[in-house]
Amino acid sequence: MKKLRLATTSLAGCFGCHMSLLDMDERLIDLLQFIEFDRSPLTDFKTFRQRCDIGLVEGGCCNEENVRVLRAFRENCDLLIAIGQCAIMGGLPVMRNAIMHAEQPLNECLQTAYAPSETVWNPACRIPADAELPLLLDKVYTCAEVVKIDYQIPGCPPSADALWYVLNAAVQGNPLDLPPELIRYD
Amino acid sequence: MSTTFTIHVDGAAIPARPGQTIMEACDAAGLYIPRLCDVEGLAPQGSCRVCTVRDNGRCVSACTQPAMPEAVIEHDTESMNRYRRDLVTMLLHEGNHLCPGCEASGRCELQAMAYRLGITDSNRLPYLQPVRPLDASHPLWVLDTNRCIFCSRCIRASREQDGKNVFEYVGRGIHKRLAVNGNHLADTSAQEGDHAMSDGICPVGCIIRKGEGFSTPIGQRRFDKHLIGEEIENKSGRSDLSTEEAQ
Repeated sequence: MKKLRLATTSLAGCFGCHMSLLDMDERLIDLLQFIEFDRSPLTDFKTFRQRCDIGLVEGGCCNEENVRVLRAFRENCDLLIAIGQCAIMGGLPVMRNAIMHAEQPLNECLQTAYAPSETVWNPACRIPADAELPLLLDKVYTCAEVVKIDYQIPGCPPSADALWYVLNAAVQGNPLDLPPELIRYD
Repeated sequence: MSTTFTIHVDGAAIPARPGQTIMEACDAAGLYIPRLCDVEGLAPQGSCRVCTVRDNGRCVSACTQPAMPEAVIEHDTESMNRYRRDLVTMLLHEGNHLCPGCEASGRCELQAMAYRLGITDSNRLPYLQPVRPLDASHPLWVLDTNRCIFCSRCIRASREQDGKNVFEYVGRGIHKRLAVNGNHLADTSAQEGDHAMSDGICPVGCIIRKGEGFSTPIGQRRFDKHLIGEEIENKSGRSDLSTEEAQ
């Protein structure tokens, strides 16, 4: 049986979903009989080696690099699955969008974070602007706002059981529908 | 003359009494119809439409529609459940429901309803991300109307049980929002012991009690162990329902 190729990435996320992936423990070994990792933080491949069957995306898009990576995943993966609340609805980073109605939302966001205050020592008022840093987007976008997403595994993070259920279903060729007891939004 | 009659819900014969709503009859028989705006102790309003069933082919809210003899009711079917899923999905997209950071997570009825209905579909709708003001003026409660789902349970509880009018809606259409009878919640007559401010009235995290935080550990919260509605399904075993085929 040909192994399914799996790619994973973390965009504007905390890597909690990837920790949940590792939390599958010895089931990962069972899974590796049917799945091969391609581009992923687990293999440290920065680009796709070949076309993948499944792409798992953690986190939403808060900068232009996130958008570029997400588009590459859509181009190279047959089945693209958003995992975790950040990828699905923005998660905690999306709280930044509460100021998107300000006149200069990004500026207000950066001022709040970097302007000198009781808790910030920054006498030169420097805001990080190195050319190496990806540009921030005007607001945080969910994955589905940027590319077509085929399925979503909710959770913060999704439990190892939920990830196992979906990956196992994909390997077996079964419908991915999570049972209600595995659906969690927190 | 017998005072009870029968309604037929998805092929099951369910006893009902005159004056009972479809939902009351089904609850008594251990058949759970999903609902968000209806809560025990308050007059039903039929505004969330999550309890919609087809009564003799016509869509009605089960919490307000009286049960009629020999009514044929469609409830737990793919078409009705898809309708409910769409309604709950729209509620999740209309407000700010950041479950990972909400103190109501785990006891939130909107969240629990989404679990029960199996909402994991990829988004077809945009998140509206409203920016309504947060009212933390009161020493006991915070009011975050970005999480309000317009169930009006607090409005009805304040009016019917407390004899006050602390809450009311203002605005129309998409601009409609929950408001208080004063500039801020602290200016109103809301006080400790009010039914409107008690646990179980706000189904989401719009009215949050200060000082509690995440007091119940994950795994022990109201909807961690069982689905919403299971208490009704378990109250009266469904095995005693007779199906049309069996008759």
